[in-house]
Amino acid sequence: MLLALLALALMAAILAASLFARTIARRRADRSRRRRIPRAGPLSYDPGRERRAEQRARELLRSCVNEEEWAMYRDLGFMRVDGRQLPGGRRAAAVRPGAAGTHNKSEGPDARNGEPPYAYLIYPHKPILAYVPATAQLLSEYCVEFPDLTGGGATRLPASDDVLAKWMALTSDENRVIGRANMHLVGRQLDPARLRRDLWRLSEWERRRGTKGSVRIRRA
Amino acid sequence: MSSASAKGRRPARPETTLWHNRRASSPARCASPDTDTWRPLIKFLRMKPGHGEVLLTEGDRRVDAEEERLVAEFRRQLDEGMWAVVPVENPGSGRREAQMVRDYSDIPPEAERVIFFPRAAGG
Repeated sequence: MLLALLALALMAAILAASLFARTIARRRADRSRRRRIPRAGPLSYDPGRERRAEQRARELLRSCVNEEEWAMYRDLGFMRVDGRQLPGGRRAAAVRPGAAGTHNKSEGPDARNGEPPYAYLIYPHKPILAYVPATAQLLSEYCVEFPDLTGGGATRLPASDDVLAKWMALTSDENRVIGRANMHLVGRQLDPARLRRDLWRLSEWERRRGTKGSVRIRRA
Repeated sequence: MSSASAKGRRPARPETTLWHNRRASSPARCASPDTDTWRPLIKFLRMKPGHGEVLLTEGDRRVDAEEERLVAEFRRQLDEGMWAVVPVENPGSGRREAQMVRDYSDIPPEAERVIFFPRAAGG
Protein backbone atom coordinates (compact mmCIF):
# COMPACT_ATOMS: atom_id res chain seq x y z
CA MET A 1 0.00 0.00 0.00
CA LEU A 2 2.73 2.41 0.98
CA LEU A 3 4.69 1.48 -2.09
CA ALA A 4 1.72 2.31 -4.35
CA LEU A 5 1.28 5.68 -2.71
CA LEU A 6 4.94 6.49 -3.15
CA ALA A 7 4.74 5.54 -6.83
CA LEU A 8 1.72 7.81 -7.31
CA ALA A 9 3.46 10.69 -5.59
CA LEU A 10 6.53 10.23 -7.75
CA MET A 11 4.47 10.30 -10.96
CA ALA A 12 2.63 13.45 -9.82
CA ALA A 13 5.94 15.15 -9.05
CA ILE A 14 7.32 14.28 -12.48
CA LEU A 15 4.23 15.61 -14.24
CA ALA A 16 4.26 18.82 -12.16
CA ALA A 17 7.94 19.34 -12.89
CA SER A 18 7.39 19.10 -16.64
CA LEU A 19 4.50 21.57 -16.49
CA PHE A 20 6.59 23.93 -14.39
CA ALA A 21 9.51 23.71 -16.82
CA ARG A 22 7.21 24.45 -19.78
CA THR A 23 5.79 27.52 -18.01
CA ILE A 24 9.24 28.86 -17.23
CA ALA A 25 10.38 28.36 -20.84
CA ARG A 26 7.33 30.21 -22.16
CA ARG A 27 7.93 33.16 -19.84
CA ARG A 28 11.56 33.34 -20.88
CA ALA A 29 10.55 33.39 -24.55
CA ASP A 30 8.03 36.20 -23.88
CA ARG A 31 10.60 38.24 -22.01
CA SER A 32 13.16 37.91 -24.79
CA ARG A 33 10.54 38.86 -27.38
CA ARG A 34 9.59 41.98 -25.41
CA ARG A 35 13.24 42.95 -25.21
CA ARG A 36 13.60 42.73 -29.02
CA ILE A 37 10.60 44.97 -29.67
CA PRO A 38 11.81 48.62 -29.32
CA ARG A 39 9.73 50.72 -27.04
CA ALA A 40 7.95 53.63 -28.67
CA GLY A 41 9.56 56.97 -27.91
CA PRO A 42 7.69 59.91 -26.50
CA LEU A 43 5.21 61.60 -28.82
CA SER A 44 6.84 64.40 -30.91
CA TYR A 45 3.52 66.19 -31.39
CA ASP A 46 2.91 68.66 -28.59
CA PRO A 47 -0.58 70.20 -28.76
CA GLY A 48 0.40 73.06 -26.47
CA ARG A 49 3.38 73.99 -28.57
CA GLU A 50 1.36 73.82 -31.76
CA ARG A 51 -1.30 76.06 -30.24
CA ARG A 52 1.29 78.63 -29.19
CA ALA A 53 2.88 78.47 -32.64
CA GLU A 54 -0.49 79.10 -34.25
CA GLN A 55 -1.10 82.05 -31.93
CA ARG A 56 2.24 83.58 -32.89
CA ALA A 57 1.50 82.95 -36.54
CA ARG A 58 -1.86 84.73 -36.27
CA GLU A 59 -0.20 87.76 -34.72
CA LEU A 60 2.36 87.88 -37.53
CA LEU A 61 -0.37 87.50 -40.12
CA ARG A 62 -2.36 90.32 -38.59
CA SER A 63 0.68 92.60 -38.62
CA CYS A 64 1.39 91.98 -42.31
CA VAL A 65 -1.96 91.95 -44.13
CA ASN A 66 -4.57 94.66 -44.55
CA GLU A 67 -7.22 95.17 -41.91
CA GLU A 68 -9.98 93.96 -44.22
CA GLU A 69 -8.07 90.81 -45.10
CA TRP A 70 -7.34 90.04 -41.47
CA ALA A 71 -10.99 90.52 -40.52
CA MET A 72 -12.00 88.26 -43.41
CA TYR A 73 -9.67 85.48 -42.27
CA ARG A 74 -10.71 85.88 -38.65
CA ASP A 75 -14.43 85.78 -39.39
CA LEU A 76 -14.63 83.44 -42.38
CA GLY A 77 -11.52 81.26 -42.17
CA PHE A 78 -10.14 82.22 -45.57
CA MET A 79 -8.70 85.23 -47.32
CA ARG A 80 -9.16 86.80 -50.75
CA VAL A 81 -6.36 88.18 -52.90
CA ASP A 82 -7.11 89.98 -56.13
CA GLY A 83 -5.45 88.80 -59.27
CA ARG A 84 -3.08 91.25 -60.89
CA GLN A 85 -2.42 89.84 -64.33
CA LEU A 86 -4.39 91.51 -67.11
CA PRO A 87 -4.84 90.34 -70.70
CA GLY A 88 -1.76 91.07 -72.76
CA GLY A 89 0.64 90.53 -69.88
CA ARG A 90 -0.16 93.82 -68.21
CA ARG A 91 -0.24 94.11 -64.46
CA ALA A 92 -3.08 95.71 -62.56
CA ALA A 93 -2.53 98.12 -59.71
CA ALA A 94 -3.08 96.78 -56.24
CA VAL A 95 -6.28 98.66 -55.54
CA ARG A 96 -9.33 97.30 -53.85
CA PRO A 97 -12.72 98.92 -54.54
CA GLY A 98 -14.28 100.59 -51.60
CA ALA A 99 -10.99 101.85 -50.18
CA ALA A 100 -11.24 105.44 -49.12
CA GLY A 101 -10.07 107.92 -51.69
CA THR A 102 -9.06 105.36 -54.29
CA HIS A 103 -10.44 104.00 -57.47
CA ASN A 104 -9.61 100.94 -59.48
CA LYS A 105 -7.05 101.68 -62.15
CA SER A 106 -7.42 98.30 -63.74
CA GLU A 107 -8.07 98.20 -67.44
CA GLY A 108 -9.85 94.88 -67.18
CA PRO A 109 -13.33 94.16 -68.39
CA ASP A 110 -14.89 95.10 -65.03
CA ALA A 111 -13.04 98.32 -64.47
CA ARG A 112 -16.25 100.30 -64.14
CA ASN A 113 -17.48 98.07 -61.34
CA GLY A 114 -14.12 98.24 -59.63
CA GLU A 115 -13.78 94.47 -59.55
CA PRO A 116 -10.62 92.67 -60.55
CA PRO A 117 -10.88 90.27 -63.50
CA TYR A 118 -10.13 87.33 -61.22
CA ALA A 119 -9.24 86.67 -57.60
CA TYR A 120 -7.95 83.96 -55.32
CA LEU A 121 -9.31 82.47 -52.13
CA ILE A 122 -6.61 81.33 -49.73
CA TYR A 123 -7.38 78.54 -47.28
CA PRO A 124 -4.95 77.17 -44.69
CA HIS A 125 -3.32 73.97 -45.91
CA LYS A 126 -5.68 73.69 -48.86
CA PRO A 127 -5.34 74.55 -52.53
CA ILE A 128 -5.72 78.14 -53.66
CA LEU A 129 -8.95 78.73 -55.53
CA ALA A 130 -9.06 81.01 -58.57
CA TYR A 131 -12.46 82.46 -59.47
CA VAL A 132 -14.12 85.35 -61.25
CA PRO A 133 -15.55 87.82 -58.70
CA ALA A 134 -18.07 89.32 -61.12
CA THR A 135 -19.81 86.01 -61.87
CA ALA A 136 -18.57 83.75 -59.03
CA GLN A 137 -17.34 81.33 -61.67
CA LEU A 138 -14.90 78.84 -60.19
CA LEU A 139 -11.81 78.58 -62.37
CA SER A 140 -9.24 76.18 -60.97
CA GLU A 141 -7.38 74.92 -57.93
CA TYR A 142 -3.71 75.62 -57.38
CA CYS A 143 -2.20 73.16 -54.98
CA VAL A 144 0.86 74.68 -53.37
CA GLU A 145 2.60 74.13 -50.09
CA PHE A 146 5.64 75.41 -48.26
CA PRO A 147 7.52 72.47 -46.78
CA ASP A 148 10.38 73.23 -44.44
CA LEU A 149 12.91 70.54 -45.21
CA THR A 150 15.81 72.07 -43.30
CA GLY A 151 14.82 70.77 -39.87
CA GLY A 152 14.65 67.15 -38.86
CA GLY A 153 11.11 67.19 -37.55
CA ALA A 154 7.81 68.51 -38.79
CA THR A 155 7.70 70.19 -42.17
CA ARG A 156 4.28 71.81 -42.07
CA LEU A 157 3.91 75.44 -41.07
CA PRO A 158 1.15 76.55 -38.70
CA ALA A 159 -2.14 77.28 -40.45
CA SER A 160 -1.84 81.07 -40.27
CA ASP A 161 1.76 80.96 -41.43
CA ASP A 162 0.63 78.92 -44.42
CA VAL A 163 -1.97 81.56 -45.24
CA LEU A 164 0.56 84.35 -44.80
CA ALA A 165 3.09 82.59 -47.01
CA LYS A 166 0.49 82.25 -49.78
CA TRP A 167 -0.56 85.88 -49.36
CA MET A 168 3.04 87.12 -49.53
CA ALA A 169 3.83 84.92 -52.50
CA LEU A 170 0.73 86.03 -54.44
CA THR A 171 1.12 89.73 -53.73
CA SER A 172 4.85 89.77 -54.45
CA ASP A 173 5.33 87.33 -57.32
CA GLU A 174 2.06 85.85 -58.50
CA ASN A 175 3.49 84.25 -61.64
CA ARG A 176 6.18 82.47 -59.71
CA VAL A 177 3.96 80.84 -57.12
CA ILE A 178 1.25 79.94 -59.62
CA GLY A 179 3.90 78.48 -61.90
CA ARG A 180 5.14 76.22 -59.12
CA ALA A 181 1.67 75.08 -58.09
CA ASN A 182 -0.09 72.00 -59.39
CA MET A 183 -3.19 73.18 -61.20
CA HIS A 184 -6.35 71.08 -61.18
CA LEU A 185 -9.97 71.52 -62.06
CA VAL A 186 -12.18 72.59 -59.21
CA GLY A 187 -13.37 69.60 -57.24
CA ARG A 188 -10.17 67.63 -56.90
CA GLN A 189 -9.49 68.66 -53.33
CA LEU A 190 -11.95 71.48 -52.74
CA ASP A 191 -15.66 70.80 -52.58
CA PRO A 192 -17.41 73.03 -55.17
CA ALA A 193 -20.55 73.23 -53.03
CA ARG A 194 -18.55 74.42 -50.09
CA LEU A 195 -16.72 76.94 -52.27
CA ARG A 196 -20.00 78.40 -53.48
CA ARG A 197 -21.20 78.58 -49.91
CA ASP A 198 -17.98 80.35 -48.93
CA LEU A 199 -18.43 82.84 -51.75
CA TRP A 200 -21.96 83.49 -50.53
CA ARG A 201 -20.66 83.93 -46.97
CA LEU A 202 -18.08 86.35 -48.34
CA SER A 203 -20.73 88.37 -50.13
CA GLU A 204 -22.86 88.52 -47.00
CA TRP A 205 -19.86 89.47 -44.93
CA GLU A 206 -19.00 92.31 -47.30
CA ARG A 207 -22.60 93.46 -47.39
CA ARG A 208 -22.69 93.67 -43.61
CA ARG A 209 -19.46 95.64 -43.60
CA GLY A 210 -20.72 97.91 -46.33
CA THR A 211 -17.87 97.03 -48.69
CA LYS A 212 -18.54 97.73 -52.35
CA GLY A 213 -17.92 95.18 -55.03
CA SER A 214 -19.30 92.21 -53.17
CA VAL A 215 -19.55 89.01 -55.09
CA ARG A 216 -22.75 88.57 -57.06
CA ILE A 217 -23.72 84.94 -56.52
CA ARG A 218 -25.25 83.31 -59.49
CA ARG A 219 -28.47 81.65 -58.50
CA ALA A 220 -28.69 77.98 -59.44
CA MET B 1 28.94 106.19 -49.57
CA SER B 2 31.11 109.22 -50.28
CA SER B 3 28.60 111.57 -48.64
CA ALA B 4 28.59 109.46 -45.52
CA SER B 5 32.36 109.40 -45.30
CA ALA B 6 32.53 113.08 -46.10
CA LYS B 7 30.29 113.76 -43.10
CA GLY B 8 32.82 111.92 -40.95
CA ARG B 9 30.29 109.42 -39.56
CA ARG B 10 32.35 106.34 -40.28
CA PRO B 11 35.69 105.54 -41.90
CA ALA B 12 35.94 105.00 -45.64
CA ARG B 13 35.18 101.50 -46.80
CA PRO B 14 37.53 99.52 -49.04
CA GLU B 15 36.55 99.38 -52.67
CA THR B 16 36.50 95.57 -52.89
CA THR B 17 33.03 94.21 -52.15
CA LEU B 18 31.59 90.77 -51.85
CA TRP B 19 29.50 89.67 -54.80
CA HIS B 20 26.40 89.34 -52.70
CA ASN B 21 26.85 92.66 -50.96
CA ARG B 22 26.57 95.30 -53.60
CA ARG B 23 27.12 98.21 -51.30
CA ALA B 24 27.96 100.56 -54.12
CA SER B 25 24.47 100.17 -55.55
CA SER B 26 22.66 99.47 -52.31
CA PRO B 27 19.65 101.70 -51.86
CA ALA B 28 20.29 101.62 -48.13
CA ARG B 29 23.67 103.20 -48.74
CA CYS B 30 22.46 105.62 -51.36
CA ALA B 31 19.68 106.87 -49.09
CA SER B 32 20.72 109.51 -46.67
CA PRO B 33 20.40 108.53 -43.01
CA ASP B 34 18.57 111.77 -42.46
CA THR B 35 15.52 110.81 -44.52
CA ASP B 36 12.38 110.00 -42.62
CA THR B 37 11.77 106.71 -44.41
CA TRP B 38 15.15 105.15 -43.79
CA ARG B 39 15.00 102.68 -40.91
CA PRO B 40 18.43 101.41 -39.92
CA LEU B 41 17.18 98.78 -37.47
CA ILE B 42 15.94 95.65 -39.16
CA LYS B 43 14.83 92.21 -38.01
CA PHE B 44 15.13 88.91 -39.83
CA LEU B 45 12.23 86.56 -39.06
CA ARG B 46 11.74 83.03 -40.25
CA MET B 47 8.67 80.83 -40.27
CA LYS B 48 9.34 77.48 -38.61
CA PRO B 49 7.01 74.53 -38.16
CA GLY B 50 5.94 74.16 -34.59
CA HIS B 51 7.23 77.57 -33.58
CA GLY B 52 5.49 80.22 -35.64
CA GLU B 53 8.08 82.82 -36.50
CA VAL B 54 11.49 82.94 -34.87
CA LEU B 55 13.86 85.88 -34.73
CA LEU B 56 17.02 84.97 -36.63
CA THR B 57 18.93 88.15 -36.07
CA GLU B 58 18.50 91.89 -35.87
CA GLY B 59 20.87 94.71 -36.27
CA ASP B 60 21.63 98.25 -37.22
CA ARG B 61 22.45 98.68 -40.88
CA ARG B 62 24.63 101.66 -40.06
CA VAL B 63 27.09 99.54 -38.09
CA ASP B 64 29.47 97.63 -40.34
CA ALA B 65 29.86 94.60 -38.11
CA GLU B 66 26.11 94.20 -37.70
CA GLU B 67 25.49 94.69 -41.38
CA GLU B 68 28.02 91.99 -42.20
CA ARG B 69 26.13 89.68 -39.89
CA LEU B 70 22.85 90.60 -41.53
CA VAL B 71 24.27 89.98 -44.98
CA ALA B 72 25.72 86.64 -43.92
CA GLU B 73 22.42 85.55 -42.39
CA PHE B 74 20.54 86.71 -45.48
CA ARG B 75 22.74 84.62 -47.73
CA ARG B 76 22.55 81.65 -45.42
CA GLN B 77 18.76 81.64 -45.50
CA LEU B 78 18.70 81.89 -49.28
CA ASP B 79 21.24 79.09 -49.53
CA GLU B 80 18.94 76.95 -47.41
CA GLY B 81 16.23 77.46 -49.98
CA MET B 82 14.14 80.11 -48.27
CA TRP B 83 12.29 82.93 -49.93
CA ALA B 84 12.77 86.41 -48.51
CA VAL B 85 9.88 88.84 -48.45
CA VAL B 86 9.52 92.33 -47.09
CA PRO B 87 6.06 93.60 -46.02
CA VAL B 88 5.63 96.96 -47.69
CA GLU B 89 2.93 99.51 -48.31
CA ASN B 90 1.87 100.38 -51.82
CA PRO B 91 2.60 104.10 -52.24
CA GLY B 92 -0.33 104.59 -54.59
CA SER B 93 -3.14 102.84 -52.75
CA GLY B 94 -1.70 102.65 -49.27
CA ARG B 95 -2.54 98.97 -49.10
CA ARG B 96 -0.18 96.45 -47.61
CA GLU B 97 1.49 93.95 -49.85
CA ALA B 98 4.72 92.03 -50.05
CA GLN B 99 7.91 92.49 -52.00
CA MET B 100 10.17 89.56 -52.69
CA VAL B 101 13.88 90.27 -52.37
CA ARG B 102 16.67 88.15 -53.80
CA ASP B 103 19.60 90.22 -52.66
CA TYR B 104 20.42 92.13 -49.51
CA SER B 105 20.68 95.32 -51.49
CA ASP B 106 17.09 94.90 -52.67
CA ILE B 107 15.74 95.42 -49.15
CA PRO B 108 13.90 98.75 -49.15
CA PRO B 109 15.41 101.35 -46.84
CA GLU B 110 12.12 101.78 -44.98
CA ALA B 111 11.80 98.04 -44.26
CA GLU B 112 11.64 97.05 -40.61
CA ARG B 113 11.74 93.30 -41.07
CA VAL B 114 12.44 90.60 -43.60
CA ILE B 115 10.44 87.38 -43.41
CA PHE B 116 11.97 84.14 -44.61
CA PHE B 117 9.76 81.16 -45.41
CA PRO B 118 10.16 77.91 -47.34
CA ARG B 119 9.80 78.23 -51.06
CA ALA B 120 6.61 77.12 -52.71
CA ALA B 121 6.29 73.58 -54.02
CA GLY B 122 3.50 71.84 -55.83
CA GLY B 123 1.21 70.02 -53.46
